Amino acid sequence: MFFNSLLTNFAALEVGQHLYWQIGNIRLHGQVFLTSWILLGALLVFISLGTKKMENDPKGLQNLLEFLWDYIRDLARTQIGEKVYRDWMPFIGTLFLFVFVSNWGGALIPWRLIKLPSGELGAPTADINTTIALALLVSLSYFYAGLSNKGWRYFEYYVHPTPIMLPFKILEDFTKPLSLSFRLFGNILADELVVGVLVFLVPLILPIPVMFLGLFTSAIQALIFATLAAYYIGEAVEEHH
Amino acid sequence: MLAFNFFGATEGGLFDINATLPLMAIQVVALTYILNSLFFKPVGNVVEKREKFVSNNIIEAKNKLSEVKKLEADLLTQLQSARKEAQRIVSEAENESDKLYKEALELANNEANASKEKVRLEIESQTSDARDQLSKQADDLSELIVNRLILEK
Repeated sequence: MFFNSLLTNFAALEVGQHLYWQIGNIRLHGQVFLTSWILLGALLVFISLGTKKMENDPKGLQNLLEFLWDYIRDLARTQIGEKVYRDWMPFIGTLFLFVFVSNWGGALIPWRLIKLPSGELGAPTADINTTIALALLVSLSYFYAGLSNKGWRYFEYYVHPTPIMLPFKILEDFTKPLSLSFRLFGNILADELVVGVLVFLVPLILPIPVMFLGLFTSAIQALIFATLAAYYIGEAVEEHH
Repeated sequence: MLAFNFFGATEGGLFDINATLPLMAIQVVALTYILNSLFFKPVGNVVEKREKFVSNNIIEAKNKLSEVKKLEADLLTQLQSARKEAQRIVSEAENESDKLYKEALELANNEANASKEKVRLEIESQTSDARDQLSKQADDLSELIVNRLILEK
């Protein structure tokens, strides 16, 4: 009896279930968009509150936003380089903020309390579509950065130390988005699953350290994603001579 | 048993890639533009304006400090040269007065010596005069005595 109920409970841990939205011919994962809209809405409200009254002597939220801005600028500047980091800072910052807000929002807000007809709400970054979208944007960005900065000379990068590197560099163009997307997806999903399983098995106390670990992982993953994206762009615009 | 439905399902599954992907990409690009105009540009303007202000102030302060140091050094050299000049004037005046004193002393000495000599000469001549007169009187007296003695015989 008990075993049965445990199993049904366990079965309630939904993995790979989605809330489907059908628009014409296309199908979407509704839960991803719902959580991302809520989280991004919160982010935008937070930012517009903080930038409403900008002063030379920062107060309150403006301090926090300036710290954030400085942090993102340092990240972009160290990875991309002094020359073009300004062009890419908004993109890198958006990636960082989006991933960070998604990860932490997924971990901190008790989405499970909101019942959906199918699937469940959670971190948008725990959906493979989101992470692949982000990774492909990064790929497009570094191609665009390289081509717009160096023109056709960008392709010198592929034979840079020696032409032997050519196949590896071509392979890299595929492994970069793959590793970016799967690293983020895997980490966030695994964290959600571990916390979910632990909550089912031991509902009290034990999941709490794991939850803290999850918050740590989430922040680190956001930093890693933004840093790698900036590094790839920096690699593409770097002059080797 | 468990609802782990990883691969192969036409409906659902962890790796169910569909139109969520391009729409999410569009959403992120839109977010980039929104955040750029709402966050990165305004905050960047404020921060960079302040950084420029601070660095300008630092440069200005450095310039002023170096100017002050230069003026200080100038003043010091001026002070030193003034001190040297003063010393020179004092020592010159001392030498001058020393010389004058020596000259005056010499003059006075000479004068004193000259008058001493004159007086000595005068005394000498008077002494010899007096001696001459005395010996003449003695001669006269002796002659007188001699005459008297001769006459009495």
